[in-house]
Amino acid sequence: MKALMFGWEFPPHILGGLGTASYGLTKGIYQNGDMDITFVIPRPMGDEEKTFAKIIGASNTPVAWRDVNWDYVQQRQGNVMDPQTYFDLRDHIYADFNYLNVNDLGCIEFSGKYPQNLMEEINNYSIVAGVIARTAQFDVIHSHDWLTYPAGIHAKQVSGKPLVIHVHATDYDRSRGNVNPVVFGIEKDGMNQADHIITVSNLTRRTVIEKYGISPDKVTTVHNAVEPLPDDYLRIEKTPRKEKIVTFLGRITMQKGPEYFVEAAAMVLKKVHNVRFVMAGGGDMMEKMIRLAARRGISDRFHFIGFLRGKEVYEMYKNSDVFIMPSVSEPFGIAPLEAMQMGVPSIISKQSGCAEILDNVIKVDYWDVNEMANAIYSIISYPAMSQQLHEKGLDEVAGIVWKKAGTKVINIYKRLVNR
Amino acid sequence: MKAICFYFHIHQPFRLKKYRFFEIGNDHYYYDDFANDDIITRVARNSYIPATDMLLDLIKENGKKFKVAFSISGTAIEQLQQYVPEFIDKMKELVATGCVEFLSETFSHSLASLRDIEEFRRQVEMHDSMIYQLFGQKPKVFRNTELLYDDEIATWVAGLGMKGMVTEGAKHILGWKSPNYLYASASAPKLKLLLRNSKLTEDITVRFNNTDWESYPLTADKYMNWIADLPQEEQLINICMNYETFGEMMPRESGIFDFFRALPKFAAERNIEFWTPSEAISRLKPVSQLSVPFPMTWSGEARDASAWQGNLLQQEALNKLFSVAERVALCEERSIKVDFMRLQSSDHFYYMNTSGTYAFSPYSTPYEGFTNYMNVLSDFIVRVEEQYPLSIENEELNALLTTIRNQANEISELNREVTLMRNNIIKDDEKPLEEKAPAKKAPAKKAAPKKAAPAEKAEEAAPKAKKPAAKKTK
Repeated sequence: MKALMFGWEFPPHILGGLGTASYGLTKGIYQNGDMDITFVIPRPMGDEEKTFAKIIGASNTPVAWRDVNWDYVQQRQGNVMDPQTYFDLRDHIYADFNYLNVNDLGCIEFSGKYPQNLMEEINNYSIVAGVIARTAQFDVIHSHDWLTYPAGIHAKQVSGKPLVIHVHATDYDRSRGNVNPVVFGIEKDGMNQADHIITVSNLTRRTVIEKYGISPDKVTTVHNAVEPLPDDYLRIEKTPRKEKIVTFLGRITMQKGPEYFVEAAAMVLKKVHNVRFVMAGGGDMMEKMIRLAARRGISDRFHFIGFLRGKEVYEMYKNSDVFIMPSVSEPFGIAPLEAMQMGVPSIISKQSGCAEILDNVIKVDYWDVNEMANAIYSIISYPAMSQQLHEKGLDEVAGIVWKKAGTKVINIYKRLVNR
Repeated sequence: MKAICFYFHIHQPFRLKKYRFFEIGNDHYYYDDFANDDIITRVARNSYIPATDMLLDLIKENGKKFKVAFSISGTAIEQLQQYVPEFIDKMKELVATGCVEFLSETFSHSLASLRDIEEFRRQVEMHDSMIYQLFGQKPKVFRNTELLYDDEIATWVAGLGMKGMVTEGAKHILGWKSPNYLYASASAPKLKLLLRNSKLTEDITVRFNNTDWESYPLTADKYMNWIADLPQEEQLINICMNYETFGEMMPRESGIFDFFRALPKFAAERNIEFWTPSEAISRLKPVSQLSVPFPMTWSGEARDASAWQGNLLQQEALNKLFSVAERVALCEERSIKVDFMRLQSSDHFYYMNTSGTYAFSPYSTPYEGFTNYMNVLSDFIVRVEEQYPLSIENEELNALLTTIRNQANEISELNREVTLMRNNIIKDDEKPLEEKAPAKKAPAKKAAPKKAAPAEKAEEAAPKAKKPAAKKTK
């Protein structure tokens, strides 16, 4: 079976969890065998892994005819895409887009990020999708998150093939209720046009059904998974220290519930003293949190360490005794799984999608600060608790693999194609 | 001729309330009174009381031929006395028929037999004296928590003067042998073993209302046929079950009460008798000895103790709990002793099992159960420590306490001597007291310190040992 996927991010150039999840899922589908995947992203850099999917860059796809020769194309973008693909695509230009800002190859430039003119990029992406949909061979279309829904819809209209949209998050999660009407409109349109909707958790599935008014039989949950860690991360050594470290790692925004972590820390510190709390990351609530920690009189034990990147993230995990994710609303939340891969006992809110598949973590309501403090205390005070969560957590997370998620997605494809 | 030995078990733990770590050191009351009241009242109404009424009827109808045995944990009795006292009266009525035997067990359904023989003995003595006070019986057959048994436990139980013990007829121990005989322990040959027939028990306790079971519906007629069809030499069928099977695990609508009511009639038709465990032991000779090197229970596929001590959480909790056993035994404070008993109930550890089945657990995950238990235990240990700092070695503490006790004995003895001498003086010379007494008293006083000299030395040594130890704890 052949699938045409639209995504916005792809490792190694990622800005959030979307890229990691799209990548993992694609690989997982490929591992099931007998799948041919074409993955479209706005702007490939050439260092993407191409073993399990053919990558087409939107910024490498011509939408206006330019008379160029093979060598020129090879020289301009041979590192990213086979020139033959360029010429195949050029044969399927369906309208005159010279009025757009196109370059010497007849391609539109994309930033591949989340720029100010995001809506324009989304629209251009959809224009490009029309060319690709006329060129590529595929049985099913799969769009990752709202940015690519218009492209998916366009491809469906052109080809008549079934459209699957993958909801990694909704605007309800991002805004805690205050949705952006334009984004909501795009999301809603995508869901209406889709033949099937995949959500990353039952929590998100309920949001899709209840807030977007979608029929439940059209929505299936396929939980995310994790890639095994590379060896150099696993080899990271823990710095020996007498004090325990409790870590929050993520954007410091309303959605992540940082204030509950500060309050729980204050409670724990009333009883225990050999513990430090770390808040890694940045966000619009950071200053407020610094003030809150000061007001609670725990600033000497509560540390803000800013953004961490790449390996630093895993060094932080390794040096933590407890990882905590008190998110108010989290469609899935991959961080606790990463912490578990590093063997760190984790506490997560019951309002996180990943809570649906994890057993060997402590789950609390995000607002239940008492219980959160109780769980932190238990892990740092009772060695068996920490040891059990460590061992069982490693076992559990090792079984959460993308291949299984891939199987579920393929089954959905089959249902749609054989309909 | 065959006989069925019915034995019913009643146990309820003192469930713990939600106890957060802030309370450690402040709040010394650990129990969820509301849940405990609610559960025991419900279970008594659905199960214990109607089942006991049924047994009373059966005994009346069948004369003295219908007999059963009971084991009731002390924690269950305490709760029944408090919340459902009418049930205790009913049990007394049942006992008065003479057709009921009480089995011995640990007071709090404790796991002490896995850890601590001294505590195990104390628990059993405590339980048996409670049974004696309430029902006037001195139990002679032992039943351990979850039917836990191994060779070592057998020697302990034999040491308590028990004649027999009820345990599981686990397949991995019996092999080709049948549970339907009387056995003896290999490590304590005088201790007879009654083995539970798990198949015939679980036909009632597990499969009875399962409509997919090929023998559904199970009738008394059919059941007695199965027993009658067993080989002739297999004489003793031990059916051991939770009393809650009646009306609680098997709801009344399943027909469990009617099934049981009909049993004696069909048994009589097939010449099957009902014995109590003691009766079985006195009437049969053991056919062979059984050796059980590792603990077995009546639980799980493997019939081992893994449901209570299989994971790290459970081992940690058990180790911490029993690490203070000796100190608690030295404590005088009654509330500490009571809490220690109640914290040993196997249920608390069962709630921490991670094998995936959390039946009866008040917690949503084993981690929650562990955290709550450890918070309570931490507070409990703080209380024990307040009495005797943990930094003093157990042996040292023992020595000190012995010294103190010896001194106390000596002082009381000396006092007695003083009074005796005084009386002698009074008797010696019948002269007026006022003149003689003060004069004679002085030498008596002097004599006493001389004799007490060694004791005093010990006293001097004691605080010296104590002080540095106390400093360490700060």
